[in-house]
Amino acid sequence: MNFRAIALGTALSLTLAAPFGAGVAQAEDSNYVPLLTYRTGAFAGSGIHIANGMNDYLKMLNERDGGIGGVKIAIEECETGYDSQKGIECYEATKGKGALVYNPYSTGITLQVIPKAAVDKIPVLSMGYGLSAAAVGNTFPWVYNVPVTYWDGASVIIKYIAEQEGGLDKLKGKKIGYIFLDAGFGREPIPLLEQLAKDYGFELVQYPVPAKEMQNQSSQWLNIRRDRPDYMVMWGWGAMNPTAVKEAVKTRFPMEKFIAAWWSAGEEDAGAGGEAAKGFKTLNFSGVGTDFKALGDIKKLVVDAGKSQTNPETFGGALYNRGVLNSVIIAEAIRTAQEKTGKKVLTGEDMRIGLEALNLTEARLQEIGLAGFAHPMKVTCEDHAGSHPVFIQEWDGKKWVKATDWIEPMKEQVRPLLEAAAKDYAEKNAPWPARTEACPN
Amino acid sequence: MLYDILVSPFVQMAEQPDFLIQVLWEGFVSGILYALIALGFVLIFKASGVFNFAQGIMVVFAGLTLVGLHEQGIPAFVALILTIGVMGVLAYGIERVVMRPLVNQPDIILLMATIGLTYFLIGFGEFVFGGEPKRMITEELWLPTGSTAFEFGERGLVVLQHIDIAAAVIAILMVSGLALFFNKTRIGRALRAVADDHQAALSVGISLNQIWAIVWFAAGIVALATGIMWGARSDVSFALEIVAFKALPVLILGGFTSVPGAIIGGLIIGFGEKLGEIYWGPLVGGGIESWLAYIIALIFLLFRPQGLFGERIIERV
Repeated sequence: MNFRAIALGTALSLTLAAPFGAGVAQAEDSNYVPLLTYRTGAFAGSGIHIANGMNDYLKMLNERDGGIGGVKIAIEECETGYDSQKGIECYEATKGKGALVYNPYSTGITLQVIPKAAVDKIPVLSMGYGLSAAAVGNTFPWVYNVPVTYWDGASVIIKYIAEQEGGLDKLKGKKIGYIFLDAGFGREPIPLLEQLAKDYGFELVQYPVPAKEMQNQSSQWLNIRRDRPDYMVMWGWGAMNPTAVKEAVKTRFPMEKFIAAWWSAGEEDAGAGGEAAKGFKTLNFSGVGTDFKALGDIKKLVVDAGKSQTNPETFGGALYNRGVLNSVIIAEAIRTAQEKTGKKVLTGEDMRIGLEALNLTEARLQEIGLAGFAHPMKVTCEDHAGSHPVFIQEWDGKKWVKATDWIEPMKEQVRPLLEAAAKDYAEKNAPWPARTEACPN
Repeated sequence: MLYDILVSPFVQMAEQPDFLIQVLWEGFVSGILYALIALGFVLIFKASGVFNFAQGIMVVFAGLTLVGLHEQGIPAFVALILTIGVMGVLAYGIERVVMRPLVNQPDIILLMATIGLTYFLIGFGEFVFGGEPKRMITEELWLPTGSTAFEFGERGLVVLQHIDIAAAVIAILMVSGLALFFNKTRIGRALRAVADDHQAALSVGISLNQIWAIVWFAAGIVALATGIMWGARSDVSFALEIVAFKALPVLILGGFTSVPGAIIGGLIIGFGEKLGEIYWGPLVGGGIESWLAYIIALIFLLFRPQGLFGERIIERV
């Protein structure tokens, strides 16, 4: 072996070893929050904004307040690429560092992490995604999908369509198309939609879009053109969204009758259709725009200070704000856990208490500089989602505007179905552990 | 059941001829786009016998370079020329760093090298351009963006997107150009000689390195055209890389070494999958498009294992 080979080998070893030495060191006086994010791959278009929003809010708390309760937050991102296998690798690589909570940002990863949560005693926060049945707190004490489940969201869309038609009874005989990413995420609301179709007599026509065909949807939209549904509902993510909007415009589907879930609410999603996509609607549960005091603090202390990866042009966008709300829930759960346990540096078990006792009131939202940014939300031991109201936003050709007030989900229909689904999940995954954790409320 | 399979789809076609025309048009456009991707694979395979796994990411890389340069304030057509330059530099780099050290190595080694190249380009592309999808600069490149609608009777409607028409025209021009290049120029003939036998080509004075650089450059230009056309239909994002593998059944069908095969194969797959999905798909709940292309290709393979236009190779041992 010559000198050159030795030098090259040494340099390579040092390069490969560097990330392990330079990782986030979890100090004993900090609360460690790993963020499972994706800034690369086919879904990066959506994932980057969420990752930025989550990161920036937590960084702002560190900069402005020195963390939460005087304890800094140690933030570490782990890149999943929206891939379940990589997501689990991230989970396993970070759980030993004292992780307080996991935000998988993928229904596929969430489904894999759920059985691990009770074993590792680290709660999972799947804010507005993941397994809808996890809302049943007594079956899933370690999983939180506040403020709303997919099933709640789907019920809001059906309720909104009924309002346009003049009442739920007017849905009879209507045809509602459902175009969705053919993955755990997109398939999740189908049981609820099928049940509502049965209850109200509308026909549900499904149009699955395989992940590898996200940017090649012409067949699905040809079918839609042939079937002529009265309304289209979409559960899309990543590159699927802008392609669907473009195809809808191309096939001349009436955009005002095209309503999507909150994960299609990005500016690039509707923007792909431009002016012609005017009228396209999505659900939303987080603030629109930058006119919030806390966002001003983020801008000043993190983005303008060069401590963020956020492109200033996308600051305050719909998905960025969604990421901010996710971190608001994390931060408020940490604060609640500190109050409930009397400890400053927390464990996953403490964090579970904080999440289960979370009560984000209007007054509290005002206090943290986010008045009107989200609907007040409360978690109970029985209900980890809370079925909180959401609103509908509409694309005006250039930007999103709020199109409705807060709309309550159809709780009476959704809750029994969630409970049945939770029971079914526990039976299929027997022996599913019975709840032993005390209720902190 | 037999009625649903053998009669009903044709009744539907007859009842809604405007919709049938629309389906055929969409099949034609998809076929052309698949053919464009397949062309990139064919070019490299012809010259080096390598299945270029990196063709998909080259499509993304070329599209992102074009849009990325334009975002830096460079006028669209200057950005286009610079992107062609970048693809040239990439081709030279690949030849110099990846291909040249692997001359006369088994094909599987070269395939592995292109897989490595794919991951390098994904990482490098994300490092330079970020992971966010970018809007294709369709209008800035003077490509048409509107649509023309033909209305028949009460509900009949056929909508042709101008960008799709442009894609068809560009693909036809590109294929004609490549066919001329391969058959009528000295370099084209040298390229075919290299494809037949590396060592024999070297013995008559053909520069293998030069040919490989040229062919990777040509594949880069095809990738750029593909990136522009696919990008205009959705966005330029890393998700496009997966679309490139739609070319696989086209290659199986058309043969890995035939430019006309890529075109005919692309069109057969394009028409086949659209007609299958729309008229026969509902019988099994839809969503058959992604595997139907492979079924069509496999049926052809039963009768012509070398593909429609592929070379029949008999190796005696």
